Amino acid sequence: MQQYSGFGLLKHSLTYHENWQRVWNNPIPKKHYDVVIIGGGGHGLATAYYLAKEHGITNIAVVEKGYLGGGNTARNTTIVRSNYLWDEASHLYEHSLKLWEGLAQDLNYNLMFSQRGVLNLGHTLQDMRDIERRVNANRLNGIDGEVLSTAQIQEMVPILDCSKNARYPVLGASWQARAGTARHDAVAWGFARAAAALGVDLLQQTEVTGIRRKDDAVVGVETNRGFISAGKVACVAAGNSTVIAKMVGMELPLESHPLQAMVSEPLKPILNTVVMSNHVHGYISQSDKGDLVIGAGIDGYLGYGQRGSFNVVEHTIAAIIEMFPIFSRVRLNRAWGGIVDTCPDACPIISKTHIKGLYFNCGWGTGGFKATPGAGHVFAHTIAHDDPHPLAKPFSIDRFTSGELIDEHGAAGVAH
Amino acid sequence: MLLIKCPYCEEQREEEEFSPAGQAHIVRPLNPEELSDEQWARYLFFRKNPRGLHHELWLHAHGCRKYFNMTRNTVTYQIMETYKMGQQPSVTASQEVK
Repeated sequence: MQQYSGFGLLKHSLTYHENWQRVWNNPIPKKHYDVVIIGGGGHGLATAYYLAKEHGITNIAVVEKGYLGGGNTARNTTIVRSNYLWDEASHLYEHSLKLWEGLAQDLNYNLMFSQRGVLNLGHTLQDMRDIERRVNANRLNGIDGEVLSTAQIQEMVPILDCSKNARYPVLGASWQARAGTARHDAVAWGFARAAAALGVDLLQQTEVTGIRRKDDAVVGVETNRGFISAGKVACVAAGNSTVIAKMVGMELPLESHPLQAMVSEPLKPILNTVVMSNHVHGYISQSDKGDLVIGAGIDGYLGYGQRGSFNVVEHTIAAIIEMFPIFSRVRLNRAWGGIVDTCPDACPIISKTHIKGLYFNCGWGTGGFKATPGAGHVFAHTIAHDDPHPLAKPFSIDRFTSGELIDEHGAAGVAH
Repeated sequence: MLLIKCPYCEEQREEEEFSPAGQAHIVRPLNPEELSDEQWARYLFFRKNPRGLHHELWLHAHGCRKYFNMTRNTVTYQIMETYKMGQQPSVTASQEVK
């Protein structure tokens, strides 16, 4: 793999950037892989990378029906944070945030990771009580967090309407300074490049149509490019996880919903942090390109269509304009939807199954992007050892039967 | 935005008047205390989530405030039919028209 560096950039500029090496190759599927990963998004590619890097398994294929990072990885609002309420969830997301902090160096790829901080606004007394509880829980778990007053927020974000006359007055906020944003596509590309360099086969345009079993173990996957034999199969298919599970007659406690987001036309720098509000239901940041990146709420109905209803977009915009009256004349450039697989307790499933050699990483719902490196890391451990990583253990599929749910609706349900 | 015909009001109205309420025709077990944990979990948490035809429950929240059923394609979002509570769907996956 060609190392990227400032010097390399200078060198290639002399040849008009026409001689850059291909970032990954486009291999022909082999007959057998030790691990086949279904789904070439951020999580799938991260899983492949950590399997190859930390567990020495390099005979891996990542099977993707479209193109790499073309699903929810390309459709989220790029926010990274770890201020979840419950111990299990906050440990997992903090593990991920710690990996984020060194990831660009690790992958030798510019992820444009920017720890610009995340504000979660409170608009009611109950909001503020919840925020204080969550910040205290975070601090006990060693995660940075602060409760800010309205004056402090106003100083930080002058364009936010903090007046007393606002329809939903801002009473305070939680602040996580280490949180921020990352370039979503670069995360998929960075993991893909690093995984390919370690010998992982990235099979794009390869759709899994069935999973072959022998007795109670998986032996491979049927694809539109023929049968691929596999020692282990790991499913990281987000919104389509239940479709894959159905191929082996398994049911998952997931529902797939459309989740929408949108960007405005590019503006000069005006918002240097991430502002989220659960109460009025909007969240916004400004990308390095200058567009305002705005996340909408989830559509209530089931949907695999990668699009949602317009009224959801309208509600989101109303909330954003309520918070930032200055944006009322900004024009939107694009809006889109992704399919998110939501769990009843708003926490993911990272689990072995009753079928030997079949693993699932799914149910991330609205907040999977921030967990990309962490989820890949613990899922790779789970696959390699056929035993859940200590951080992944509470997220077993068995929790729906045992009742040990991790109710993160407060920290995850709306804000992503 | 979906245009939905409420089978009680018999009018085609915009989606904003309605709220989705999940999978239809879920039968509450009559003998919950006799169920195993697996069966109870299945009743509480496991839903069909099909890619294709889905029978689901909707509430005409800003209208007649009645629940009704709908058969809808979850990929194209096409609404095949709406029908009253207690009735059975006339469009089912086996007779799906592509």
